[in-house]
This record gives sequence, structure tokens and C-alpha cells, in this order.
Amino acid sequence: MHLLFVCLSLVAISYSSSIAFAAMEPIKTKIVYLTKKVKLQPALSNLDAPILDEGVQGVRLGIADNNGTGRFMKITYELEEKIVPFEGDVEAAFKEIVAAGNKFVVSNLKEDSLKRLMALPESKQVLLFNIGARENVFRSNLCRSNVFHTLPSRAMLADALVQFLIKKRWEKLFLITGPRKEDLAFSNAIKRSSHKFGAKIVAEKAWTGEHDARRTAQAEVPLFTQGVDYDVLVVSDEIGDFGDYLLYRTWEPKVVAGTQGLVPAAWHRTVEQWGAVQLQNRFNKLTKRWMTPKDYAGWAASRAIGEAVLRARKNDPKSVEDYLLSDKFQLAAFKGRKLTFRPWNGQMRQTIALAAPRSLVSTSPQEGFLHRVTDLDTLGYDAPEVKCGK
Amino acid sequence: MFKNISRAVLLSSSLLIAAGSTANAYTVYISNEKDNTISVIDGHSLEVTKTMEVGERPRGITLSKDYSKLFICASDSDTVQVMDLATGKILHDLPSGDDPEQFSLHPDNRRLFIANEDDNIVTVVDTESRTVIAQVDVGVEPEGMAISPDGKIAVNTSETTNMVHWIDTETYQLIDNTLVDQRPRHVEFNKEGTVLWASAEIGGTVSIFDTATRIEKKKISFNIKGIHKDRIQPVGVKLTSDGKYAFVALGPANHIAVVDANTFEVKDYLLVGRRVWHMAFSPDEKRMFTTNGVSGDVSVVDIPSMKVIKSIKVGRYPWGAVVKP
Repeated sequence: MHLLFVCLSLVAISYSSSIAFAAMEPIKTKIVYLTKKVKLQPALSNLDAPILDEGVQGVRLGIADNNGTGRFMKITYELEEKIVPFEGDVEAAFKEIVAAGNKFVVSNLKEDSLKRLMALPESKQVLLFNIGARENVFRSNLCRSNVFHTLPSRAMLADALVQFLIKKRWEKLFLITGPRKEDLAFSNAIKRSSHKFGAKIVAEKAWTGEHDARRTAQAEVPLFTQGVDYDVLVVSDEIGDFGDYLLYRTWEPKVVAGTQGLVPAAWHRTVEQWGAVQLQNRFNKLTKRWMTPKDYAGWAASRAIGEAVLRARKNDPKSVEDYLLSDKFQLAAFKGRKLTFRPWNGQMRQTIALAAPRSLVSTSPQEGFLHRVTDLDTLGYDAPEVKCGK
Repeated sequence: MFKNISRAVLLSSSLLIAAGSTANAYTVYISNEKDNTISVIDGHSLEVTKTMEVGERPRGITLSKDYSKLFICASDSDTVQVMDLATGKILHDLPSGDDPEQFSLHPDNRRLFIANEDDNIVTVVDTESRTVIAQVDVGVEPEGMAISPDGKIAVNTSETTNMVHWIDTETYQLIDNTLVDQRPRHVEFNKEGTVLWASAEIGGTVSIFDTATRIEKKKISFNIKGIHKDRIQPVGVKLTSDGKYAFVALGPANHIAVVDANTFEVKDYLLVGRRVWHMAFSPDEKRMFTTNGVSGDVSVVDIPSMKVIKSIKVGRYPWGAVVKP
């Protein structure tokens, strides 16, 4: 059938009668994607193969979408992918990128690497889009007007989850924290959210991860969770080492949420409303896998740059930065709301999905959590909490 | 006894209301996106008389000019189905291209212009020979389709490209591409074809273009007390043929905006069901039917009084609506 279409079609684009188009100056915009290979940590829940192209696939789709519009406006977008090896030097790679005259860098880097880049004087010459680091510190203390975050912070994820738990009146939380520093960071975010919205951490335990939970969970988890009066077991296990083994094994029949069970996520395979099916389909066609939150952040970063260049018809970093932070900028991003950036820390405002593995349970912000400007700002760091001056 | 009399009075008065307001019999067809069905509503009784099974995820629906056939975009079946309305049987499928969402039948009653949401293409199909005549490359996620009353221009919106694409219906070349606000959905010409209305769902606005110059002459935004502006998401647009009113379906704001089609001033907001998508008029334009996706019903608006008089339960996620006289 497809062949038939091709044979019969008169595919053509013509601008000849459009005077406005003829008068347009062509614009070329290059975006550099920067990442560093990291050693994968062994996880016990290892059923899914690790995704090695997470993030960049979203950026690629975003660039393709940008060009879909750009070709009608004489604007082209290009992508350069820079992958620093395990032992490689991210700072050197970044310096090279800047020295080559690039102005837009999408960074899929961990906390330490991103901090090091931001400390370089060269970082002030480009717009940096963070799609790899969830750390709150980039949104509360280390913010800078040329650094944007399309990936939600842990604070946003935790706020999204805790709002839902409050709404359900499941207010007594039993917090279990894994051994890694990321797990501790997620637990701290849960504590902050609990304090913010009025949930209560009634007990806390550390999971030491000394055994193979696959063999021992049935015997261990009941004892581990016994003797606490709680509503929800909240787990912090970002790499997915043991969290899945808490489900159904608790002493009492309780819900598990956090990094496993009911999870807060910027994007999830169960998101289908607001035209999201179309984005899921396009991503799947390109990659043969599901879109992850990092892919979504990559897509949103390249789309944000694309929109700003398209609407402002300028692609110098200052003009794009100004446009992104102005009230003119808005991005339709399959979340049923226009997405914008918080001027105080460059964080993209967005709704957060609360998902079970095969069904979307809810979307935060929850109804009733009010804010004087937008309820999206009930998630994450609001202006008064932010210490960094712009 | 008294009970019986009052019932008789009630019955006859309701008959009078029905007969008085709509002299002609007509039928409303509603596509139910998540039920794979079409609900048939009788214009007199305002009740569902029949539910017909069709292809997967039916969204856009339109009638042939002689009202004998119903064209159905069965998005997930990747086809446009043609239904014989006399029998309710599917006559055949048309080669529509992938994921057809909305379409518009040319005044020649032959060429169907179809927006293929997943393929960034508008497909033009000859409904008689059932062949693809042309495919036009447009922006990402083509959605809305409209054809000017004189048949010269086809207009398509692309949701992610945020553009209105103007297509010459003879050469199938793009004449122009104009930017609008985020996520444009529906496009609608006025009866004379001098003005085009285009809704932007996420932008929350409706742009009105002068067709001759393709210049935006007005942009309308909406404001409903107690509803956050982010939830006001214009989708369907319908214009009365007397040129007086434009109705704009505001999606999750659960309201229809009543706009003065001359001054572009918003006159009123009518509360309907949840997540309202599209609308259709009765033949005398005294009634309007709105599809409310989330609440799974159709609201009936009495246009002379601008009041919602009834809601009719239909299938899951009603989307498109057409009326056959």
C-alpha cells in the first residue's frame, strides 16, 4: 500500500507564491549533545536491558520536529553528538565544543561533571540544557540564567508523589533508603515534600543490600517492615536494585511508592492523553523502545531551543535565553498544559505523571494545591526558596 | 386520575416543544473514539436510537453532499471508511494514508483531503475511483482540515509545527505557511470564504485570518472566572451561516465560548460536559450538539436562548459530530 502511495503522490513543497518566505533570511542552528559514558551499576532487578542511548534519542526526535517546522521558515537545526569515554575528560570536551563556536549544549551528565562544567568560564558563553542531573542543588543554589533544566528535580518528583498521597489521605510514610548517595538524595526530597505538604515520616530504615533480594525477599521484607503503623512504604532506590522486591512482601498489605511501585515520572509509557500517543508513536518508530524521562527532557530541550529560534528569528544565545525566560515562550509538549521556564532557576515547569507499570494512576499537581501564579509551581523549588540570585 | 391528566398535559406540552422548535426531522451522528462506534441521535426525541460499530478509534466524520454517505476517519485502522447511511453498512475503505484524524470533502463532492497525523502528510483521495490523487508534505502532526467554499484552497494545521498550511487544490502545492500559537487544532472558513478561524489548543487562542492576504487580523483569548487559563484549550470552531456567531469548544474548561463573529468579542460561556471537542448544528441552526469526551455525552444547546437544554449519554470518548437533515 505504501508503495502505491509513493507512486501516485505528487509530493511537493513550493514557496514560490509566498513573498514573505522569499524575503526570509535563512537561519542555521547547531545543538551539541554532550554525555559521558558511565559504568553501569549492577542491579538485582535486571529484567530490562539497560538503555544505552537514553536522552540522545529524545534530542534527535526534537531536532527532527524542529526541522519539520523549520523548513517552512528557512530555519535548519543540526545535531552534533559528543560522547566522552569512561576515563575521558568532560571539561576538555566541553572547552572544545565552545571553542568551535557552538552556542547550545544539551548536557546529559551526572552531578559532578555538570558542576565542573558550570565552574568553567567557557560555560558562560553558551546556553546549557541539563537533561541528566536531577539534583536539587542546581535549582536552589547553583542556578544561572544561561542554564536550563528540562529534567525535573528530585524535589519536583517527590512533591508530585506526596501531593497525591496527601490527596488520598495516606499520610503516614515509612521511608526505606538504599545505600547510594542518589537514594539518600531522593529520601531527602521526600522528607522535604512531607514537611511542605503535611505528610509524616513515621519510620525510616536503610536497606543495606548485602543479600540477593531475589532469593531472600520473601523471608526478609516482612520482618524488615514489621511493627510500624504506616500507610505507604516509600522506597528510594534509584538504580532499581531492590525496590521491586518490597512489593507484595510487606508484613502488612500496604502500598509501595517512590522509585518503585507507584512512581513519579516526567514521562512514562502509560502517558497517552493530550496527544501523547503521537509522541510515543513517533519515538517508538525511531528507536523501537519506550521513551524515558531523560529522552523526554532531551526532546523538550531541543524543542525549546527550536521554538525560541523560530519565534524570535534569532539564534544568538542571549536572544534565545531572553525569549525562553519571557512570557512569550510556551511549549506544547503533550502534557495538556503549556510548558514554560521558571525565571528564578531555569527549571521547566511541567506536570508529573504518577504511574504504575501498566497504568497511569494520576497526574500532579493535584487539584486543590494552589499557588498564586500557577499550580505547576507547587512542584519543586518556588522563587522564595531559591538562594541563588540571577 | 389527577396524575393521569398531569402526565397527559406534560406529554403533549413536551411534544409541542419538540415540534415547535425543530420542524424538520434530522439525525445527529457522533463518533466515539474509544468505543469504535457511531452513536445515532434522533433530532426530535434527542435520544440515541442506534449505535453502529465502525473501525478503530473513529474521530473525524463528514457527510457526502447528498447526505447518503458518512465518511469516518478510523485512525487506528489507518483507513477512512465509507458508510451507506440508508443501511448503516460499511461500503468500502478508502486509501487514506496512516492515522487519518480529520478531513474535509471538497465542494466537488469527490476529493477528500485527509490529515495523516503520524506521517506529516495531507492525503488527497478520489472517493469515486478510491485512489490517492496526491500527497502534500506539511508540518509535524497534521490535524485540522478545511476547504474554502469556492474550493480553491485547502487549509491544514500541524499540531507540533504550530502552523496553518495553505494548499492550492488544483496543483497540490503549498501556497503559504503561517505560524499560529501552540498546538493548532481546528480550522473553519466563514460561509463567504473571506475569513478563516484557527484554534490553538495549548496556546489558548483562536486566530482569525483574512483569507485573501493570509494575514492574521485578530487573535481571541478567553477568560472564564474560576478556571485557570491553562485549562482553557480551544479545539472545535463552528460558525453560524448568518454570520452572527462563532462557537468555540474550550476542551477541559468544559465550556463553549459564544463569540460575535463580526466584532470578535466573546459574549458568553456555556457550561457543557467535560472536555468538549467538536460541535454540529441542526439544519435550522437553532440547536447545537457538542461532543464531551471525558463525560461521554453530548450537550444540546438551544441557540436562540443560548441555553444548554439537555445532555445525551453516548459512547466512550465522543469526538466528532455531524447532522444529516
